[in-house]
Amino acid sequence: MTRSVTTPRSPLLALEKVEKIFGGLRAIGGVSFAVEPRQIFGLIGPNGAGKTTIFNVVTGVYQPDGGRVRFDGEDISGWPPAKVAARGIARTFQNIRLFRSMTVEQNVMVAGFRIHKAGLLSAVLRNQRYMDDEREFRRRAAELLDIFKLKELAAEPADSLPYGSQRRLEIARALMLSPKLLLLDEPAAGMNSQEAAELEKQIRFLRDELGLTVVLVEHNMSVVMAVCENIHVVDHGETIAEGPPALVKEHPKVLAAYLGEESEEQAVAEYEAVSRPFHDKPPEPDHD
Amino acid sequence: MPGHPQLGTKDWLIRVVISSGVVAGIWGLGLGVQAGLIEYVQRIVLLCGINIILAVGLNLINGTTGQFSIGHAGFMAVGAYATAFVGVKLAPGVAAALGAGALADGVVFNVALLVGALLSGVAGLAVGVPSLRLKGDYLAIVTLGFGEIIRLVFNNTKALGSATGYFGDSPAGLPPYTSFFWVWLWVVIVVLIVRNITFSQSGRSLIAIREDEIAAEAMATPTTRLKVTAFTVSAATAGIAGGLFAHMQSGIRPEDFKFEKSIDMIVMIIIGGLGSISGAVIGGIFLAVTLELMRDLQEYRLVLYALLLVIIMIVRPEGLLGTRELSLSFFKRKAGAK
Amino acid sequence: MSQFFQQVINGLSLGSIYALIALGYTMVYGILKLINFAHSEVFMVGAYTGFYAAGALGIEGLEQRGAAFPLYLALVVLLVAMSASALLGVLVERLAYRPVRSAPRLTPLITAIGVSLLLQNLGMLVFTPNPRRYPPIIKEVRFELGGVIVTNIKLTIFLVTLALMAGLWYLVQRTWTGRAMRAVSVNLDAAKLMGIDTNRTISATFAIGSALAAAGGILFGLDQITINPLMGTLTGLKAFVAAVLGGIGNIPGAVVGGLLIGLAEQLVAGYVSPDYRDAITFVILIVILILRPEGILGVVRQEKV
Ligand SMILES: Nc1ncnc2c1ncn2[C@@H]1O[C@H](COP(=O)(O)OP(=O)(O)OP(=O)(O)O)[C@@H](O)[C@H]1O
Ligand SMILES: [Mg+2]
Repeated sequence: MTRSVTTPRSPLLALEKVEKIFGGLRAIGGVSFAVEPRQIFGLIGPNGAGKTTIFNVVTGVYQPDGGRVRFDGEDISGWPPAKVAARGIARTFQNIRLFRSMTVEQNVMVAGFRIHKAGLLSAVLRNQRYMDDEREFRRRAAELLDIFKLKELAAEPADSLPYGSQRRLEIARALMLSPKLLLLDEPAAGMNSQEAAELEKQIRFLRDELGLTVVLVEHNMSVVMAVCENIHVVDHGETIAEGPPALVKEHPKVLAAYLGEESEEQAVAEYEAVSRPFHDKPPEPDHD
Repeated sequence: MPGHPQLGTKDWLIRVVISSGVVAGIWGLGLGVQAGLIEYVQRIVLLCGINIILAVGLNLINGTTGQFSIGHAGFMAVGAYATAFVGVKLAPGVAAALGAGALADGVVFNVALLVGALLSGVAGLAVGVPSLRLKGDYLAIVTLGFGEIIRLVFNNTKALGSATGYFGDSPAGLPPYTSFFWVWLWVVIVVLIVRNITFSQSGRSLIAIREDEIAAEAMATPTTRLKVTAFTVSAATAGIAGGLFAHMQSGIRPEDFKFEKSIDMIVMIIIGGLGSISGAVIGGIFLAVTLELMRDLQEYRLVLYALLLVIIMIVRPEGLLGTRELSLSFFKRKAGAK
Repeated sequence: MSQFFQQVINGLSLGSIYALIALGYTMVYGILKLINFAHSEVFMVGAYTGFYAAGALGIEGLEQRGAAFPLYLALVVLLVAMSASALLGVLVERLAYRPVRSAPRLTPLITAIGVSLLLQNLGMLVFTPNPRRYPPIIKEVRFELGGVIVTNIKLTIFLVTLALMAGLWYLVQRTWTGRAMRAVSVNLDAAKLMGIDTNRTISATFAIGSALAAAGGILFGLDQITINPLMGTLTGLKAFVAAVLGGIGNIPGAVVGGLLIGLAEQLVAGYVSPDYRDAITFVILIVILILRPEGILGVVRQEKV
């Protein structure tokens, strides 16, 4: 067992020295972190740091070139995407991947396939089981669309929606899977500040009311700082810091990564002058 | 709000009544067609029906699922040969048991068609399992390859007449089982099956695969299984069309199922609009009628046909309907827009 | 053993012709990601142009007098055919493919199938469906090498193919046009931003590929004795399979693939049954696509998500 002794509970998601290489590029070079159940976990880093690649390895879109991914006590490294999704990990995509010509409601209903009971024969015969299935999916889709303020748009084709609504639709669609873990890849991108504030509430709602665990990749720092309890920072595929928002925000390597290399020394000096030493090692998780 | 809607005996009764009405309607229409139309036109009407089955079936995989097959003539061939062969072998026994006549013919023909559908479905499964891991052009080319291999197998099978073709055991050739009634009954059955699949949870997932396969997988959709299923159903319907086609003439030849036949099917679904069932119906009818009308143009016919295809692709690649379906509300919206 | 070598010689010469045709498929696919179905008809038109050019240069009269067709005229025939096909290839791209270049992938594919059918049927109309005996622009001389029959035609096929490949290599590696072609095949949009005239580069690609196919057409006519308007269908398909086998978009791959397909075909015809010589191509196609879709020399690229 490679589980850390300091962790009181078993984490829901744990990455252990995960690597991913594209040709000569080490997109992820041995990243490890653990996400506790019901945590809102931030994964941040500059452009090209490898955040999306981490999501892709976790969800099986890419095969890892090294390391393991554990989820809910099971080694899921290298599983195909549909199996990972069925196991309980749902996600959204950075470059929105909706089923464009389908309606908003149908987009959500697609994710009901895993739990549908009526097979092809039932569909052909249009029997009771088929009717029950359809009704149940409609009801759940309506519920989710309501949470994300998309109910009025249910019959519109997905690609006619404004950007912010499309992002929320992706979350609603992911939730139709009834996942345990939700991976959000830049959900606030393209949202105005009002929408972003709304999104913060919705993310908290997912955790507080639905008991979900959330990993959030986001460039909008005010959203990240507002909702995340723990933040993991990567740059060039390597971990550079992890900790609660207040600490990560001031961490010299983080500042350097975001501001540029030349300011690193200065940042380190300033930081050491004002705060107690802070180590790169992940600190004890925050018990809610 | 009323409680959960339940499908009761009454609903099933209504369905039975409607179905009987449809069957009777086809029967009556068939009599009318036989009495009122010259043989040449009757033939076109049969071809329309067969084309509709081909187009609606192919559309399930090429249009709805977005997995492009350009080798479906192979599955049509499997259905045609299987139906003809089984029918010929079955006929004497059934005639002895039921007495020669329309009843025996109907039983023989439909059992043979079902066997044909089954075998072409199995062929579809066998082709689909390895091929559907490929995408786009690669899938298209592999289906082309399989289609050609199937044809070459018939070309070299002595029991089925090799390149000369299969004409059954009697000198008169294959029995003319294919009638208005059977063709259009099968049209209704196939269209209904494909429609009900398309507008169901599985159908939604098929469309999702077409729209974005990676997102579909992230939604726990078993994409491979669904693609193979759609491919198999599509191959089986092509088999039925093949069987109906076989008994329209005295015999079938491997060259009836060349690559050009696959192209014809694609033209049908493109004209109507890929992804639309009503579009496929329109395309199937359109192709049967135009190709017949152009028959007098002889060697210019195929030139014009190809030119038409290229022009459609340049001017209106989405076809008549795009992925939309013809329905009353469609007309209302059109009228409202004016 | 001598039968084996005979099949190998025949296979390699047929394979050289496939390789010449395959180059056109692979170059166009490399740049446009389009299976240029009409390429097989460009090949057919090349063969017919050669046929008519040789006729116009008086090959029949020479043949009746028992005189050989002079070598320089044979070269003229080759050049005329290559130019005619190049022009046809460029026209097809200009009129049919360019308007659908940015449409969803299926549209160009079906357009290409349509153009192929169109040219085929036009060929039937213009050239008539009757097979034609190919004029002996090179008079056949046979000689035997340890039980293996070699003809000067087979040697010519090797030599012409070799010369054209060397020319192509020079063009692609050492000229600006070639550099532009390589740039466009890596990334069309980036090449455009870098100031490369992508339309001209695409036209050049079609011209070069089509000219090579025309050379293949003439060699095919010499090798197989007769030609007909449908000659491109099966041969084109085999050449395409050769391109896929070698790794589509990869120029050396097309050559390797062509030679392998030619060899496989002759060996199957010789040792299994001539009935299956065509089927083997499709079997190879299916096996390669399922086991290694990127082909022998191709590389895999992971789609960015
Ligand atoms: N399929 C792929 N093939 C090749 N390189 C890739 C692929 N996917 C990602 N990369 C590279 O891996 C590196 C990490 O990319 P990734 O998308 O994970 O970054 P990111 O942290 O999500 O950045 P951003 O904030 O811009 O979204 C980048 O250099 C990217 O170009
Ligand atoms: Mg990213």
